[in-house]
Amino acid sequence: MDAQSLIARRVARELRAGNLVNLGIGIPTLVANFVPSDLKVFFQSENGLIGTGPMPEQGMAHPLLTDAGGRPISALPGASVFDSAMSFGLIRGGHVDITVLGGLQVDAEGHLANWMIPGKMVPGMGGAMDLVSGAKRVIVAMQHAAKGKSKIVQKCALPLTSARPVDLVVTDMAVISFSGGRITLQETAPGVTVAEVLAVTEADLFIPANVPQMKI
Amino acid sequence: MKAVSVEEAIAMIPNGATVMVGGFMGIGTPERLLDELVRQKKSELSIISNDAAFPGKGVGKLFDASLVSMLTTSHIGLNPNVQKQMMANKVAVKLVPQGTFVERIRAGGCGLGGVLTPTGVGTIVEEGKRQVDVDGKRFLVETALRSDFALIHAFLADYLGNLSYALTARNFNPVMAMAADTVIVTAENIVPVGVITPDHVVTPAPLVDYLVANR
Repeated sequence: MDAQSLIARRVARELRAGNLVNLGIGIPTLVANFVPSDLKVFFQSENGLIGTGPMPEQGMAHPLLTDAGGRPISALPGASVFDSAMSFGLIRGGHVDITVLGGLQVDAEGHLANWMIPGKMVPGMGGAMDLVSGAKRVIVAMQHAAKGKSKIVQKCALPLTSARPVDLVVTDMAVISFSGGRITLQETAPGVTVAEVLAVTEADLFIPANVPQMKI
Repeated sequence: MKAVSVEEAIAMIPNGATVMVGGFMGIGTPERLLDELVRQKKSELSIISNDAAFPGKGVGKLFDASLVSMLTTSHIGLNPNVQKQMMANKVAVKLVPQGTFVERIRAGGCGLGGVLTPTGVGTIVEEGKRQVDVDGKRFLVETALRSDFALIHAFLADYLGNLSYALTARNFNPVMAMAADTVIVTAENIVPVGVITPDHVVTPAPLVDYLVANR
């Protein structure tokens, strides 16, 4: 299984029946592909939809029904639409149970940086700051390292997305949690040892006595 | 409400005007009004829109024609032209978190001076802003946004100017229709009064100043 699918599959296991879930672009979008068909979750698209369904079949797309990236989607039975004030009221107001976002860096305190690289890439924060500030649970889905450099750092060098720490980070090598305010290695990916995770992690991870392998 | 041609509608907008444009990545954007802004070469515009869409689509067309001097927005990541113009100091870009962006416009349309939001506290977004403590929690004071004109796209407009929207093309349109001195609307369909039932009117007619006739 490729790294992105592994991450998405593991994140999908965090979703519970009835959850209202917002998926960011990139790896987070893939999470929807791995949700069991009998698990009823609501996906929100921040451009104003609850009940996002898969991409419509050829010729069935509606020009006024897209995801937040402007790509055609479908709406499931029971879907609802609303304006952007309500969409972000849902997000900031704590009505979204889980948000899954991509990341550039996460640090030992759980702070996420995911919206700009000064002088290099300034796409804008879009809805990321509101999602991290307001969702009940924040999950980061990203590669463990980029170009050999750890994305799990002691302190974020890039501008933060929020002062609110994230709850869980799922990478191609590990699951990392912040319960009790301590950055903890919770699981390792299949075939990856604790030592291998430590070797590519800049932050000082707490290693519990028992670190199980990721169930996917 | 007055019915006008697209040419008449855009002729009202002077160079240098502040203009809100509805839409999200070009979905629910009044494309005909943007095409006419380009045709009439309205310049030095100060645009308030959620994103910069793509080159050739939505507000992206205004940047293709270099008509914008300032942009207040939440995301420009999918329009490389805007990034280039920003780096070359041709366009001043003010980035605002999307939830704050819509609430500032909502405040502007509802007679509020602004809103208190936790979004941005502890990040570079808080720089230069007042902070308020409410019951032990910190909030940023984000001031209201208004504009000279709002360019709105609806799905249905009736002969009085009542509006309803479709699917994800609603987005910022009903909020912006409250927050401008002059509101100009295009609609996919212009229909007799009564077709949009009272329960389904999202933007009431008195908010609409000009409805652009369909061809």
